Amino acid sequence: MSATEFSGIAERRIEDANLVRGVSALTRERIERVVKAVTKGEAGARLAVYHETCMRCGMCADACHYCISHDGDPTYSPVGKMEQTMWKLLRTGGKVDPDDIYGMAQIAYTECNLCRRCVHYCPVGIDTGYVMGLVRRICHRLGVVPLYIQDTAHSHSGTMNQMWVKDDEWLDSLVWQEDEARGEIPALRIPFDKEGADFLYSVIAPEPKFRTQLIYQAAVIFDQAGVDWTMPSAPGWDNSDMCMFTGDYEMMGRLKRCHFEMAQKLKVRRIVMGECGHAFRSVYDVGNRWLGWKNHPVPIVHSVEFFWELLTEGKIKLAKKFDEPVTIHDPCNIIRGRGLMDKLREVTHALCSNVVEMSPTREHNLCCCAGGGVINCGPPFKGVRLAGNKAKADQLAATGVHTVVAPCHNCHGGLEDIIHHYKLGMHTKFLGDLIYDCMEKPGAA
Amino acid sequence: MSTSTATPQTAHGQPEAPPAAHAAAGLPHPDPGDWEPGRRVIAPSFAPLPGHQWQEEPLMSHDGMHVAAVVRQEDDSFTMRVDDEVWDAGFDKVWSPRFLPDGRLVAIVQQDGEWTVAVDGETWPDTYGFIWSLLHGPAGKVIAAVQQDMRYGMIVDGEPWETLYENANNFALSPDGRRTAAVVQTVPLGQADIETFTRGVYSVAVDGEAWGRNFMNVWTPVFDNRNDRVAAQVRLSHSEYTVAVNGAPWPATFPCVWEPCFDPATGAVAAPVRKDGRWGMALDGTLLWEARFFQCWTPAWSPDGRHLWAIVAPRYGSFTVARDASPWPFAAPVVTDLVLSPDGARAAALASHDNAAWQVVVDGVVWPGRWDMAWRPVFSPCGRHVAVRVKDRGRETVLLDGRPWREAFTTAWDPVFGPATANGAGMAVLLRGIRDGACERWVATPDDFRA
Amino acid sequence: MQQLYNFAVGPLTWVAWAVFLGGAAWRLGSMWALARKKDMNAVAYMDVRFAARSMARWATPFATLGWRANPAVTVATFAFHISLGLLLLFAPGHAVLWDYAFGVNVWSLPEGVADVLTVLVILLCGFFAWRRLQLPTVRFVTRPMDWLVLALVAVPCVTAFLAKQQIGDNLLLSTLHVLSGEAMLMALPFTRLSHAIFSPFTRAYMGSEFGGVRHCPDW
Ligand code: HEM
Ligand code: SF4
Ligand code: SF4
Repeated sequence: MSATEFSGIAERRIEDANLVRGVSALTRERIERVVKAVTKGEAGARLAVYHETCMRCGMCADACHYCISHDGDPTYSPVGKMEQTMWKLLRTGGKVDPDDIYGMAQIAYTECNLCRRCVHYCPVGIDTGYVMGLVRRICHRLGVVPLYIQDTAHSHSGTMNQMWVKDDEWLDSLVWQEDEARGEIPALRIPFDKEGADFLYSVIAPEPKFRTQLIYQAAVIFDQAGVDWTMPSAPGWDNSDMCMFTGDYEMMGRLKRCHFEMAQKLKVRRIVMGECGHAFRSVYDVGNRWLGWKNHPVPIVHSVEFFWELLTEGKIKLAKKFDEPVTIHDPCNIIRGRGLMDKLREVTHALCSNVVEMSPTREHNLCCCAGGGVINCGPPFKGVRLAGNKAKADQLAATGVHTVVAPCHNCHGGLEDIIHHYKLGMHTKFLGDLIYDCMEKPGAA
Repeated sequence: MSTSTATPQTAHGQPEAPPAAHAAAGLPHPDPGDWEPGRRVIAPSFAPLPGHQWQEEPLMSHDGMHVAAVVRQEDDSFTMRVDDEVWDAGFDKVWSPRFLPDGRLVAIVQQDGEWTVAVDGETWPDTYGFIWSLLHGPAGKVIAAVQQDMRYGMIVDGEPWETLYENANNFALSPDGRRTAAVVQTVPLGQADIETFTRGVYSVAVDGEAWGRNFMNVWTPVFDNRNDRVAAQVRLSHSEYTVAVNGAPWPATFPCVWEPCFDPATGAVAAPVRKDGRWGMALDGTLLWEARFFQCWTPAWSPDGRHLWAIVAPRYGSFTVARDASPWPFAAPVVTDLVLSPDGARAAALASHDNAAWQVVVDGVVWPGRWDMAWRPVFSPCGRHVAVRVKDRGRETVLLDGRPWREAFTTAWDPVFGPATANGAGMAVLLRGIRDGACERWVATPDDFRA
Repeated sequence: MQQLYNFAVGPLTWVAWAVFLGGAAWRLGSMWALARKKDMNAVAYMDVRFAARSMARWATPFATLGWRANPAVTVATFAFHISLGLLLLFAPGHAVLWDYAFGVNVWSLPEGVADVLTVLVILLCGFFAWRRLQLPTVRFVTRPMDWLVLALVAVPCVTAFLAKQQIGDNLLLSTLHVLSGEAMLMALPFTRLSHAIFSPFTRAYMGSEFGGVRHCPDW
């Protein structure tokens, strides 16, 4: 009944070198063994109950930006994607062809951002993000992972960061940014390894690699706010985690252990993380659990919350406000993942005189389509994101503003691509950009 | 940062004080003459000297006789201040200063974009592309990671390894502080070159010489107590982990492993391993502790090899310490800083409720009191006493066998035990800290600690 | 036929209830044991307060984004489940059985109301069937199991209605009604109808995670 008029993933296959390579090495026996090992050996009641109680009611279809952007194409709906992947694997006991795995990998890695918007739509409480994550887990164990994100996972395992940054390159970026910032704030310091500091500031590796100005800005903000902070000199400084998204949970655990142990070793009170969403999910919600910690061995504070603290406690004073109208994008991993929608608004309103809300907004906001590792699958799949998030483009355009506040790296990447492709004439900003621009800097030369 | 001596590494290669207290043996104690009980003010004030733009966090020597800090001078250069003197030379950057147990002060320095190490103000003759990750051990050698012409390795007292590599990390030192090891990348790796990576580009170099075999990944090399063999975690494929000793992997593989450690008595290697979603301990590749823990890490042997210790989680979200696979009755959401007594029969650890309400646990018994922060416990050389630096509402003090010292510092350093006495009486602890701006050393006796 | 009917309303009822209750207990028990073994990193976050909050929300029509986005289903599913529940427990014919089996006097629906509810459930089954056939998003994910559970609910209602309206062979229809009703009961723990016993837990879990960990509404 089902697959006749919508052949789904089969008709939109995209060539990826590592998917091709991975699939070519598969046999039906191996697939069956790995599917069983994951669905029966690793997963348990949660998966079984989700599979059994998903009523196939289709209520979740309207939730997903992919489905909306493709005019309701059912093969992009949350349940449609589960049907083509996990539900099929469970139904067949893993007796599928290597070719099927290709399609499943493409769906799981590139057609779901694990954004959990569909949670708001499912009456039963099925967690599509969890299910698609397990599909990825199977693909990881089968060696069928898109090339670019697999390479990133390798970087994590080889260097404990996302961008192959060598130990000295990290330090060099900090020293360089400290030098630069002293041009503006002569007494500024980026304190390495300051034991007992109030917080450790951790970032994702693209910051030292490509976006060093973000480290500069953070250093200026913290320095001028007079807070007691530190950055680690050794691995553990990077909080990102593409292994969580490839399904390489063992590496995810290793990364998170490294990050938390660094904070423990430095005896800081808490960890403040830069404006990144996926890293927050990894540290706050996923990696800690894999390691057996129920909560967080060191409390985790996202930048949005930390900026809110600085502003409400008066540690940062504003010299001016950002006058152009802005709209607010809600990154899923800190909104649906941490409930920071109110603080994000308070901070944005403090900084900007004219805020235009999107519709839908807050925890119901649409995803950027970059998260969940999708943007990290690289150029072959860029079109998937662009076509898959026309909905976001329409939503952005409807605000009529030119500036989008988005406190997340992935969201920036994803939104910039959409803005460019749909010619929306907008640009994105981090809260850090705005604070840096608007704050008083008493220590400036 | 930590003033560790020859150190095993954490799961990912940061130097970390060893769980076993072998370190205690390597710590020279202050002169016997300096064990006179009572307070001695080393500097009534350590405020920045005139002409200095700023002064960074102070550090105190092990004997508590000197205090130092990185300072920025009037001409924008950086140097070290020791007591009221400064080093002659100034630099563009001075970083990672530390006192060695023998009293020398070392720091990483940079001038004109070139890096080197300064020992008591004297720099090594050569400069390098980068220097980081200072290590030191009982032999008194100063060791670091080095990058020269984009080649990576380690450097011992100014002598880089003969062979440098594409990359190096996870730096380690032998217990005697003479031999070095690191994870090295032996072949170049192109962009997104999955196949080369999967075939293996990493190995371990010991004193600069790489094992004859590469792996997909290698982490936490560690020496045996004869300073001879090296074990490390290795990944053979995306889902197969094991331990390799001198380059030879165990025949068995596991879904995951953590840092291995050598049995000092037999040379066997133990490492936590994962099986069916739980953690246990393997010895030379076969399961020694049944895999029934939600976590099991930081393994440590007693020096006689009779006991194997580790931090474990018998239930989800509930951690404790296990000796020979049997957990202490105590449990907390977080347990860290497992330290063994010199004979390895006793252990101390810290417990916290998500980084708050820290408690000290010795032999499974919780000391009274909860603290905002606690530091690694220190055993006395005789193994009978434990001292711990703790912090409460911004004030730092030291606990001895559960009893707080009568006074408090604004900043303290780890306590240092006096020389062992046969019966433990006459025992003294050196406390170092800053109080009301004054740098002080106190030789405290048990009477100085509140009942 | 009369013998079959007698058997169906007699011993078979007990068998059906035994299978239903035993099956439900076994399924819940074994699932819980499995969860304790494999899913502690989920079970550990169960929180009664947040679970109740989420359930209350989702038990209120149009109180969630999902309900608002699917108004027809919302009306249909609430009407369907409430009617079905009322009929199961309080249909006049069932009241007799409660009395017969347990000697308890159960309040029962007025005849007319029961008839209306029966028709309503049949129509709503028709609506669900229509969705499964006509709406691409539903059709694409519909499997035989979905038709089976719809049939398991529809057949007892249709037969009850026909028997009640004296259309066709009354004894045959009554027998079919009882048998199909018992089939539904017995199938409940073992088909997708098991959502009746499991969905409270999936809802509770989602509510707990979003309430306790993610500090965000799950509606
Ligand atoms: C705690 C009790 C129950 C809850 C929370 C519940 C919830 C739901 C939900 C959320 C749906 C999906 C929405 C829809 O398609 O209408 C559904 C569908 C359904 N339920 Fe239930 N239900 C419960 C009990 C029952 C019982 C006892 C039966 C019958 C014996 C039943 C029969 C059905 C059927 C047949 C459907 C499928 C409708 C379709 O084909 O789309 N439910 N239920
Ligand atoms: S992309 Fe988001 S809304 Fe779509 S299926 Fe995945 S988690 Fe659900
Ligand atoms: S809304 Fe929930 S139950 Fe309905 S099809 Fe989607 S995932 Fe399944």
